[in-house]
Amino acid sequence: MLINHPLLGLRDAQEFVYKGDASLLQRPQYDSDNALDAFTNYAYLRSNPAGLHQELWYHEQGDRSWLVVTRNTLTHEIVNVELASEVDA
Amino acid sequence: MSRRVSPGRIGKKPVNFSFDGRSFQGYAGDTLASALLANDQMLLGRSFKYHRPRGLITLGSEEPNALVTIGSGARQTPNTRATTQELYEGLSASSQNRYPSLKFDLLSVNDRLSRFLTAGFYYKTFMWPRSFWESVYEPLIRRAAGLGKLSEVEDADQYDKGFLHCDCLVIGGGIAGLEAALEAAHQGKAVILCDENPRLGGMELFDSAPIDSVEGLIKELQSLSNVRLMSRTTVQGAFDHGVYSALTQNTDHLAQPHKAAPRQTLWRIYSSEAVLASGAHERMIAFDNNDRPGVMLSSALRGYLNYFGVLAGDTCAVFGCHDDARKTVVDLHAAGAKVIWIDTRSAHEPVDGVQCFTDARVVDTRGRHRLKGIEIEQGGERFWLPCDALGVAGGWNPRVQLTCHQGGRPRWSNDVGGFISGTDLPPGMRVVGAAAGEYLRGNWSPVWDVSKRGSAFVDPQNDVTVKDIKLAHQEGFISVEHLKRYTTLGMATDQGKNANTLGIGVLSQHTGNAIESVGTTLFRPPYTPVAIGALAGRARGKAFKPTRLTPSHEFATRQGASFVTVGNWLRAAYFPQAGETHWRESVDREALAVRNAVGVCDVTTLGKIDVQGRDAAQFLNLVYANGFLKLPVGKTRYGLMLREDGIVFDDGTAARLSENHFVVTTTTANAVPVYRHMEFVHQCLAPNLDVHLISTTESWAQFAVAGPRSRELLQRIVDLEISNEAFGFMACAETRLLDGTPARLFRISFSGELAYELAVPARFGNSLMQTLLEVGADLGATPYGTEALGVLRIEKGHAAGNELDGRTTAVNLGLGQMVAQTKDSIGRVLANRDLLANSTLRLVGFRSDQQILTGSWLIPPGRSSEQDNTLGWVSSACYSPNLGCYIAIGFISDADQYLGAQLRAVSLLDKVDVGVSVVSPHFIDPEGERLRV
Repeated sequence: MLINHPLLGLRDAQEFVYKGDASLLQRPQYDSDNALDAFTNYAYLRSNPAGLHQELWYHEQGDRSWLVVTRNTLTHEIVNVELASEVDA
Repeated sequence: MSRRVSPGRIGKKPVNFSFDGRSFQGYAGDTLASALLANDQMLLGRSFKYHRPRGLITLGSEEPNALVTIGSGARQTPNTRATTQELYEGLSASSQNRYPSLKFDLLSVNDRLSRFLTAGFYYKTFMWPRSFWESVYEPLIRRAAGLGKLSEVEDADQYDKGFLHCDCLVIGGGIAGLEAALEAAHQGKAVILCDENPRLGGMELFDSAPIDSVEGLIKELQSLSNVRLMSRTTVQGAFDHGVYSALTQNTDHLAQPHKAAPRQTLWRIYSSEAVLASGAHERMIAFDNNDRPGVMLSSALRGYLNYFGVLAGDTCAVFGCHDDARKTVVDLHAAGAKVIWIDTRSAHEPVDGVQCFTDARVVDTRGRHRLKGIEIEQGGERFWLPCDALGVAGGWNPRVQLTCHQGGRPRWSNDVGGFISGTDLPPGMRVVGAAAGEYLRGNWSPVWDVSKRGSAFVDPQNDVTVKDIKLAHQEGFISVEHLKRYTTLGMATDQGKNANTLGIGVLSQHTGNAIESVGTTLFRPPYTPVAIGALAGRARGKAFKPTRLTPSHEFATRQGASFVTVGNWLRAAYFPQAGETHWRESVDREALAVRNAVGVCDVTTLGKIDVQGRDAAQFLNLVYANGFLKLPVGKTRYGLMLREDGIVFDDGTAARLSENHFVVTTTTANAVPVYRHMEFVHQCLAPNLDVHLISTTESWAQFAVAGPRSRELLQRIVDLEISNEAFGFMACAETRLLDGTPARLFRISFSGELAYELAVPARFGNSLMQTLLEVGADLGATPYGTEALGVLRIEKGHAAGNELDGRTTAVNLGLGQMVAQTKDSIGRVLANRDLLANSTLRLVGFRSDQQILTGSWLIPPGRSSEQDNTLGWVSSACYSPNLGCYIAIGFISDADQYLGAQLRAVSLLDKVDVGVSVVSPHFIDPEGERLRV
């Protein structure tokens, strides 16, 4: 697979480490009323879409950017790649 | 006798080789198969299950039968297709799956029993007693059924890997591929053309017509600088986003390859566009005994004649159902053979002087080691005719394998009489030529099964017959995928290139279902078998992964240290001295030296992360469970890092060198994961914090200098006042050594003694180690390794990797109060879950006068050694030279209740059951007074 790194262009997926669902960007507030439920969902619950999926990849053998990659789980087509630090959580 | 009738297209340069110990001669340009055929060696192997005599069927890489072992010893290669093995001087090949010899094979008795050895025979028969399967049945079956054997010697060859980029990858060097490559090249694209054969030209080479146009194309392509032609290179897989794998056989055709030449190269080719011009291969028809040596595909019979100049038989029969049969008939006839033509069609263009049976079929054959005759059925009558070679033209299977590698499903084409690629091709790929069904379309109907008894082979490689397919279907294996797995149809080295379509056709014929509704199995990489060595490339043995050496490695080597592998690191485990005969003697001495004098240990392998920025403290406050906002400059703090699920992730220290500059340490094992995690927290969770992270693990050599005399020793080296008042417990400073070397000093202790860690730029590490020991010789300075390090930290009750095992919480470790409840931190919320917070599992210590094994279960006396009775486990154990007994730390439930109690530490695996007393995990200096003096 090739990932179109927003800063470095097409890079081989071998250079990356996969983490998983990009919903991890939406970390709940620790002091909210339902913090325990919210964190339980945050840590454990994942949707498993057949189709477009936003996920986190880390360019560990590269510039160490965390990327949000939008990939079609049916075809592996990658339709969008953004720096995680620039995604509005 | 020689069956060579002409030099064909290869010339007449003689080459000597041997097969099963017998010497033969062929020509340069021969394959092993063509050379053996020229020497009238029709019998080449024994079949997988029934040990039936087999010869070659095909011309190329799809060969299912003619598998041989090439070479011997470390270069022995089993299961090599004789049809692709190029001949070289001195080549030595041997047949497989026969005992004692190819002609007389004892297990050919299986053939007589074939009535019983049908699909599922093993599953149904070797069921009882159950325990016999692994010990008796399976070894027996494996010995009887098989292909070639491994030499079991390490492969002496080298393999390489390479990377290539192009705009257009053309797969297949036949006329369609050559034309596609030229077209792309003329558009200015960078083109790579791969072909698995030694010579470009594809099937054209095997026909009798002149090949001027092919040679013209090749010449033109060779003259273009934007074209790279790669013969002997098989494209093995089509992967996501235009990534292809290809294997080049660099030296498999050479008698004496250069010593440094890699035998094979595995390429990763990046190309946004690919043209699949892989051609097609012919298929068999199912008639009884269609596997006798001498029965081959019509295209093979023709190709051996036209390209290699070998006429396989004196009387050649050709059995076909479409026009391609005629081409073979014409060429054989022209070469002077007596030809019999059997065709299932009622009318077709005749060939003068050739006996032709229309509306006829071959239904059976005879001849044990070589074909002697065929039985023909015509107009309801059957009769035998003698012949010694038979070519079968059952239609063509486009080579659509690569179109399936990303889930594409081939579809049946009535015009082509075969499966062609679907519309769901790998992105960027198009299919041309015979692979797309071009040249193959015509008005004819495929013929599948014409056998009388069903003992017709559909898959010769796996000995699957028409009968097996019928039986499997009767037993409910209706899906093609199930059929494949039950009968093994289409498995092994040819991966169904010969069998799949015929098997599906037979199924369709016998069920009455249209072939398009029967479906087909898919293909996955690799296209042809790939040596494991090629996949490994240079990453073998020591080169499998990098070896990381500590800065003082050279010193440790000189001291005769014993090394231990820690991840990729090589660390000194202990430093044996003259007279020490057991590792424990060395370790005990080193551990005592730290407690009584001073020891020096290279701790560079611990991860170091430089954290800088205006928000560095705030960042660490989020990453660590305990607070970091108020850590003063010049102080170090122990930090506990949790995962978001509340389990302990790692621990270490963070030293505040200046307002906006921290140095974080991690455990050796977690250096990479912690860095990754910290980048995640920064970039994904707190991108607005002004903080920058960089790993400096390898930039700084770091040494633990530990023991009551450590201050005395360091004061002789560092240019800094380090009295207890000036440089108290947990102090840190950027400083210099007296010789001016930049350094960092941390007053932290893993051993529980007065201790420091001293860091210098990595290049000064080795000399610093040496200097510390020289300068401290009169103080008793002693180098110590990871073993003594472990003893010291167990004595002190410090958790390490064994305790932070991904299951334990801060509460379990007795560090519950460290999780600050007044701020946000990773893992804080879920650490408070009842499940984790209410756990009574605690870190405790154990003492015994017998050795305690790590991993033992703790069981109360008088209870049986069962899981239900366990209170916990031993996580780390050692002999304590300071206490003079065996000690351990580990976890037990309701720990308070058991403090002072006697338990048993039981390891059923090691058959060890020792009594232990439960004590505090802090064996040495529980109040921590030594740290603060």
